[in-house]
Amino acid sequence: MAVSQAPPAPPGAAVADATTGGTRTARSGSSGLVPYLFLAPYLVLFSVFVLAPAVYGLWISLHRWDFLLPVKPFVGLQNYLNLLTRETAVGNSFWESMGATGKFSLFSVPLLLVIPLLVAMVLNKKFPARTFFRAVFFAPYVLGVAVIGLLWRFLLDPNTGLLNYLFGLVGLPDDIPWTTALPWAWVALVAATVWWTLGFNTVIYLAGLQEIPADLYEAADVDGANPWQKFRFVTLPQLQRVLLFVTTVTVLSSANMFGQSLLITQGAPGTQTRTAIMLIAQEGLGSFRMGNATAMSFVLALFLSLTSLLIFGFFRRLGED
Amino acid sequence: MEPTTQGRAGSRSALWQPSQSRQALTRRNFLRMSAGAGAGLWLAGCGGGSGGGGGEAAQALGENGEYTGPAVSLAFWNGFTGGDGPFLQEIVDRFNSEHENIAVEMNVLEWAQFYSTVPSAVSSGEGPDVGIMHLDQLATNAARGVIRPLDELVASLQLDEGDFDPTVWSAGLYQEQRYGVPLDIHPFGFYYNKGLMEEAGLDPEAPPQTADEYATALEALSEAGIQGHWVSPFLFTGGFTFYSLLWQFGGDLFNEDTTEATWNSEAGVSAIEWMRGLIEDGHSPTELAADAEQVAFLNGENAFIWNGIWQINAYREAEAEGLDWGVAPIPQIGDEPGVWASSHNFVVMNQRDADPNKQAASSVFINWISEQSIDWASAGQIPARNEVRESPEFAELAEQSTFAEQLEAVHFIPTVPGIPDAMLEIETGVNEAILGTKEPQQALDDAAERANAALEAAREQYEA
Repeated sequence: MAVSQAPPAPPGAAVADATTGGTRTARSGSSGLVPYLFLAPYLVLFSVFVLAPAVYGLWISLHRWDFLLPVKPFVGLQNYLNLLTRETAVGNSFWESMGATGKFSLFSVPLLLVIPLLVAMVLNKKFPARTFFRAVFFAPYVLGVAVIGLLWRFLLDPNTGLLNYLFGLVGLPDDIPWTTALPWAWVALVAATVWWTLGFNTVIYLAGLQEIPADLYEAADVDGANPWQKFRFVTLPQLQRVLLFVTTVTVLSSANMFGQSLLITQGAPGTQTRTAIMLIAQEGLGSFRMGNATAMSFVLALFLSLTSLLIFGFFRRLGED
Repeated sequence: MEPTTQGRAGSRSALWQPSQSRQALTRRNFLRMSAGAGAGLWLAGCGGGSGGGGGEAAQALGENGEYTGPAVSLAFWNGFTGGDGPFLQEIVDRFNSEHENIAVEMNVLEWAQFYSTVPSAVSSGEGPDVGIMHLDQLATNAARGVIRPLDELVASLQLDEGDFDPTVWSAGLYQEQRYGVPLDIHPFGFYYNKGLMEEAGLDPEAPPQTADEYATALEALSEAGIQGHWVSPFLFTGGFTFYSLLWQFGGDLFNEDTTEATWNSEAGVSAIEWMRGLIEDGHSPTELAADAEQVAFLNGENAFIWNGIWQINAYREAEAEGLDWGVAPIPQIGDEPGVWASSHNFVVMNQRDADPNKQAASSVFINWISEQSIDWASAGQIPARNEVRESPEFAELAEQSTFAEQLEAVHFIPTVPGIPDAMLEIETGVNEAILGTKEPQQALDDAAERANAALEAAREQYEA
């Protein structure tokens, strides 16, 4: 509905733009409205489904807001002020959950950057049944979080789970509380997540690897480079844009972790593996304190924006080297 | 977006405010009236500011409480995703076949999802007509205008406290108005594995009922190499165990007017220490995952489990795999009897455009199911309605009847708005204390502090 309201771009203009679009200098000042017309459909969607709700959310965060109650008192920045200190119960819970999200990201992001890259490099080689293995590594990613959550909960159960049973068979401790004690709960959550999502990053890396011209490797061979040098001076620099994308997406999705904790550990022990999104969902949709919940969301969004900026800055400096 | 929400909230609030005509009538007056006339008044009261509809509805509800209006369909939502869902569906099917002009469509969602979905559905005018809610959810949903007062419905059906278990009946009130018609009471109960008791040289027909007997039985099981009682750090079943023991040791969850948590008392610490003692003495593995104690009982690994009455059919099904089990009241570990219980209540949702025919049909439906609750009892419940609970049919349900012996000792979670938030905190507190990440007193103190903040926030939210 929203899309159809946008005026269609003149077909002639589109063709002309596509064919003449060479360097940036050649286009400046000549294209007029055309780029904006192309952007308009997305802009409409973005405004309706992202921008407007975000602004509305900002408004909500300034109130004590329960959508069912007729009175929604304006409280100014109080919801934010409550979050800034650990003195309040809500601030305390919030920073504990931010800490949980932070820890999870810290543990899972490096693994989700490195392991898929290694897998992609192997899958990029020519060997029998390569397509089969590519499908196998991607397969878990198509499962929903409910499926993998239940699956891992059964596998990880300390008393009746398969994992501890197998550990026992090979002489390892068979009573590890995978879901109810630290650090095991983090190990379990990170492992389940890496298993679940590594396929996505692998596919992106694989596409990036296939884009690297073969002659660069040939030139490196001629120069007598060893495999490590080829990786360090050909593969990595060529993957830089892909790495930026994968890093950003992985950090953001780790910071949005919700279902795994909810299903596998239920936040236990206590609330130590309750992530920020889990708390926000509980606060807003369980306790109907939507003002608090939106304020938390904005603080989390601010953190994620800063993190993304840092990542972009880091890769830009890499590019200058 | 903003004006729509406000407008909607405004019109809804008009619906849920008690109307003038209703307030002018006392409860006793209602009771004197015939079923049909009473129902008419209830419906007129429900109509609120929208006007009209009362006379029409009085016609819709016949003299002996039958629905005589045009054919209507009722949406009936609940959270019975487990083995009890099919039982209720069967009862609903029978209702439908016996009532030509009422078609009830039952929709089952998981409870957690139910409690977050129903308010939004009601606020957007897409809510169900009738639903089931737990006792401790009634006040919050009443305060939020999700459900409507049922005083007139109850009066029109000529139901009063004499018809129900008095504790559960009085718990359905919020601000002196009735919001729930109790369907059942589901207490905690003691299940034991007869085979394992025999293995340990215990008499399977004499399950332990006191603290000493319990300790002796666990010792005997221990000597036979059986971990007798697995202690879960989660609400199912550790949380309910803690509540029951708290009451047994003379404590309570909240103060009299439910403004402050009081579980961090000596009684609370004693309760946790008894539970932790089972772990320290080796009667339970440490750091159990959720549901491990249930899986272990089904597999015949632990001898005793304290679990809800609703598990009866799950254990009966496990008989095929060799589980030989029995039931008894929760043993008295503390100084007095005490058992956690909750109750499923019928509720009627607020509607933006209340249809008097649907309301008449709803009251017929609620009354009929309540009368038929003996079938619901076989799903693993104790009927709230006296005539059903005291019937010979109920006495024949051996396990249910045994658990019903505890009714004198049962405690319910108090019904004030926001209580589910406060209960989440003690759930966390019990988790920390049983897992040992905090000392018992510390865990209970911290939980009480958070719960008090939650209760205060709820007071601000709902009593403004």
